[in-house]
Amino acid sequence: MADEIILLDFWPSMFGMKVRIALAEKGLKYEYRDEDLFNKGPLLLEMNPIHKKIPVLIHNGKPICESQIIVQYIDEVWKDKSPLLPSDPYHRAQARFWADYIDKKLHLLGQRLWRTKGEEQEANKEYIECLKLLEGELGDKPYFGGENFGFVDVNLMPYFSWLYVFEIAANFSIEAECPKLITWAKRCMEKESVSTSLPDRQKLYDFFLQLKKWHGIE
Amino acid sequence: MATSDVKLLGAWPSPFALRVHIALNIKSIDYECLEENLLAKSQLLLQSNPVHKKIPVLIHHDKPICESLAIVQYIDEAWSSAPSILPSDPYDRAVARFWAAYIDDKWFPWLNGVANAQGAEAKKAALDQVREGLVVLEEAFGKCSKGKDFFSGDRIGYVDIALGCFLRWVYVAEKRNDVKLLVEDKMPGLAAWANKFCEDGAVKDVMPDKDELLEFANMILEARAKLNASSNN
Repeated sequence: MADEIILLDFWPSMFGMKVRIALAEKGLKYEYRDEDLFNKGPLLLEMNPIHKKIPVLIHNGKPICESQIIVQYIDEVWKDKSPLLPSDPYHRAQARFWADYIDKKLHLLGQRLWRTKGEEQEANKEYIECLKLLEGELGDKPYFGGENFGFVDVNLMPYFSWLYVFEIAANFSIEAECPKLITWAKRCMEKESVSTSLPDRQKLYDFFLQLKKWHGIE
Repeated sequence: MATSDVKLLGAWPSPFALRVHIALNIKSIDYECLEENLLAKSQLLLQSNPVHKKIPVLIHHDKPICESLAIVQYIDEAWSSAPSILPSDPYDRAVARFWAAYIDDKWFPWLNGVANAQGAEAKKAALDQVREGLVVLEEAFGKCSKGKDFFSGDRIGYVDIALGCFLRWVYVAEKRNDVKLLVEDKMPGLAAWANKFCEDGAVKDVMPDKDELLEFANMILEARAKLNASSNN
């Protein structure tokens, strides 16, 4: 029986991008549905009644919510191709730790970059420190997953598609501060699973300008 | 396995450290418990968790694992013989992880918010929110337990641990605010579950004493209130 996979998503969402990358890594065919977050559809509300948020993966009619949980689910169900989490429990724990750090700390600091007026210098500095910590974790490995693209890489790459936007908005560049991360991001973009899952930079920047207006920030 | 192979850096009032104690007990693992003084953190803690400098940290064969739910999953995977903490089916695992994330990201901040709420109205709103969260979890309990004693079925598992570790702190919030949060007629499933959880063999010897925790909470919250009062002058 063929698997029926539907992804309820919103194209600029970093969380949605993670799931797209994971599905592409596993070579899975799925139906992509872009949600209107101002007018959420009945399927989204039915499939994620608790949070009413995207992304939601619907696999053979059953919903899975929360991007990190979805990525792990994809990795466990389609375990024979391109494993994302390492097999060793200790390295799995490390991967989960860093994915959590990215989602909680980096995400929060990224939001502060453009939402808080008057704290830009401090926000930029903290964001870069956070990235430097991640760069330290990467070390000299080609990917966070080691020789192969893995769970932490999937979790971090979407932030890099937004980084272009943040660099313009907050007027800073990470090129000098985190050269290894820039190299890593370029290496990841060479993978088809990544480049086809991330939105066009200019389109994202235009969306960001709309988002700022909506939030009443100039 | 030698006791010193497994060390837990914890603190007796911490619900997050309690999760790890329970997981280790489920697997019958011998371990050394190192009690941290959170006002004077040890070198070992600072070295083992340089990013967050927080407990709990599990140190296994000298390698640190941080973040309570990552530690619980590690324990389940590293000691893979039964009993299991997470279900074996990937969909059931995703559901368990979802509820643990709800507890950590939504419900626990609400519980924490009760202590921080200033004024009677804010307190009431904070307490109502905790109760609403428990109503959601009551429904989740119904679906996950399928009529059995625990979220995981016959034995305690991931979601039981994720939520159960907060039961003493729920008691503290109830006593300090003179209210009921785990209301039996609104949440019969959870009320029964709470009693069974606290009596479980893996839990009862490591759950902090109710009155000791209440005394501890009173002490730190009063000290914090004094600090806030003096800094507002």
